[in-house]
Amino acid sequence: MGQIEWAMWANEQALASGLILITGGIVATAGQFAQWYLGAYSMYPPAAHPSFRAAGVLICLLEYPRGKRSKGSTMERCGQKYLTRAVKVFGPLTSNYYIRAFLHLGLSVPAGFLLATILGTACLAIASSIYLLAAIHGEQWTPIETKPKERPQVGGTIKQPPSNPPPRPPAEARKKPSEEEVAGVPVGGPQENPMPVTDEVV
Amino acid sequence: MGNLFVNEGLSIFVISALALARAPAACLNFNCMLILLPVCRNLLSFLRGSSACCSTRIRRQLDRNLTFHKMVAWMIALHTAIHTIAHLFNVEWCVNARVNNSDPYSIALSDIGDKPGETYLNFARQRIKNPEGGLYVAVTRLAGITGVVITLCLILIITSSTKTIRRSYFEVFWYTHHLFVIFFIGLAIHGAERIVRGQTAESLLKHKPRECYQNISQWGKIKDCPIPEFSGNPPMTWKWIVGPMFLYLCERLVRFWRSQQKVVITKVVTHPFKTIELQMKKKGFKMEVGQYIFVKCPVVSRLEWHPFTLTSAPEEDFFSIHIRIVGDWTEGLFKACGCDKQEFQDAWKLPKIAVDGPFGTASEDVFSYEVVMLVGAGIGVTPFASILKSIWYKYCNKAPNLRLKKIYFYWLCRDTHAFEWFADLLQLLETQMQEKDNSGFLSYNIYLTGWDESQANHFAVHHDEEKDVITGLKQKTLYGRPNWDNEFKTIGSQHPNTRIGVFLCGPEALAETLNKQCISNSDSGPRGVHFIFNKENF
Repeated sequence: MGQIEWAMWANEQALASGLILITGGIVATAGQFAQWYLGAYSMYPPAAHPSFRAAGVLICLLEYPRGKRSKGSTMERCGQKYLTRAVKVFGPLTSNYYIRAFLHLGLSVPAGFLLATILGTACLAIASSIYLLAAIHGEQWTPIETKPKERPQVGGTIKQPPSNPPPRPPAEARKKPSEEEVAGVPVGGPQENPMPVTDEVV
Repeated sequence: MGNLFVNEGLSIFVISALALARAPAACLNFNCMLILLPVCRNLLSFLRGSSACCSTRIRRQLDRNLTFHKMVAWMIALHTAIHTIAHLFNVEWCVNARVNNSDPYSIALSDIGDKPGETYLNFARQRIKNPEGGLYVAVTRLAGITGVVITLCLILIITSSTKTIRRSYFEVFWYTHHLFVIFFIGLAIHGAERIVRGQTAESLLKHKPRECYQNISQWGKIKDCPIPEFSGNPPMTWKWIVGPMFLYLCERLVRFWRSQQKVVITKVVTHPFKTIELQMKKKGFKMEVGQYIFVKCPVVSRLEWHPFTLTSAPEEDFFSIHIRIVGDWTEGLFKACGCDKQEFQDAWKLPKIAVDGPFGTASEDVFSYEVVMLVGAGIGVTPFASILKSIWYKYCNKAPNLRLKKIYFYWLCRDTHAFEWFADLLQLLETQMQEKDNSGFLSYNIYLTGWDESQANHFAVHHDEEKDVITGLKQKTLYGRPNWDNEFKTIGSQHPNTRIGVFLCGPEALAETLNKQCISNSDSGPRGVHFIFNKENF
């Protein structure tokens, strides 16, 4: 289990928990379920339920952009780049997994007091503990950024014009530049003559 | 009809939320029965073998067992959601009725059971109001506790089974999936406390709800309406799931027994780019082309089984698998086999291996055509290693029923890393074919679909050399994707009036392309060339 990035699983679990919390909140509101009354009221349109939905939505928004894996390529979730930008803005608040673990733990506690949302509590608590494990292993949330494709610069590596453009004399002439060659006349070859030979041009 | 009467008392009481909970519960019974069956792979092998009378197409459906397992899992998730939500309503309303926060009929029905000698209808006996009342029911009732626990197990199983986690962190997926044991045990005892109650049959005869609901205060005082009696419905789920649970237990026992059988590693070959080949022998092991096995190495992990396609032919006296080193388990296997050491390893140092299988429908169809086109994309080329080797053995031994005369092999690859061990095989076949003077038997085309400019320069410079620069084979590597239209037309014109089998092991998009090409390039009449598409489920 050495290569596991716990954050990946924590992310899936937290996203699922967010959805469950939203569902629980909707069910509780739709059924007009009783809530803990603060003060003298009871059984009135519950004020707590929209806050569960809001917490659920917040968790979903936070968890939707998948973090970059430290090894290998990461599959982005569909349409996540807009949320990535938003989540990135918060800097260490969102990239540190300790903070995320405690945030999820904190959000899970109030949901534990209503039957419709206790499943959300349990799932969030588990997600929080996996995030804690990830944080202990030193993982961090890094945004997936698409690198702009580097188009190879045409001519970027060419610093000087070519030194020997065509038309070129044959290879042998090029190897030993001599005075005859300057005029462009091909010389026989790199041959060492035992006796001096003079070229008699008539 | 009988059921309706028995439950009528309760269903009037809690409106339709109970029906909305009972319906998915019934579906859940069925789905939980089904979900264990597709993963009993030894059972499926047995069915496959014993149904040899059925056509291959029917038997091939057994290869899609994992797809079926996933679909049933989604159904279980859906029904669990509906069931849970419906019961949330039920609990809320039952508790409300108990604390006199409901209509008089419900309150009266809830009060029954308080006096001695009465049987109760409303399972919430304590008068604790919501929201604590609901929570109290959830933590004190067996159905509540088991419900929460098994739903939690289900959620954990689902979140750890997503594609990302499965592909990259297999151990998390595998170990978390074993929570299904708790799931099934919880499911079996979920209804044991019988808190869903209804009027007993005898009570229905004496106290008819439709007539008596008008005068609640008279119940027990007038002759027509005695106090109704209730009893709990017996749990039904265990009857559905006990069979598959037993079958799965047998499956695990068979796997365990198979894992105890001796498997000897006869040879370990390290190939470049992190691939190793294990050649093994096991007594009584019979394989066919295109099958796969599950391998366990207790030294690396005591519980994990991993599937690998067999790359050897049935005609060989050993069986082999090629393993790419990508994760924890394969790294562990790499080290256990001593592949990281340079010197020769003694045979006794090789680790003990357990093998389960072989599984999968054999690709015997390949041998029933005269001309075949084999297309393998990326890692999908692995089963073709087995097929090509087997074809070659059959050809050499002049097997009488080998109709195969010509093979067109297409290998589509993104990078050159995967070439190595398979290229060796192709090289071997190339040499052997030349010796047999039949270099036309196998014509292969390797397409490098992912190349960049620097590679292209390299290819262009070495274009004229005799052997290909990447594979070392005589037939050159081609770059980019094949032009299927051209390929099909060429092959069609070279083999008129034949049935050509097209076999693919690769992605869905390619399957659709090839299927369309097969259809458009086949002649309409019975004479003429016909391309028949077979997608292999390796």
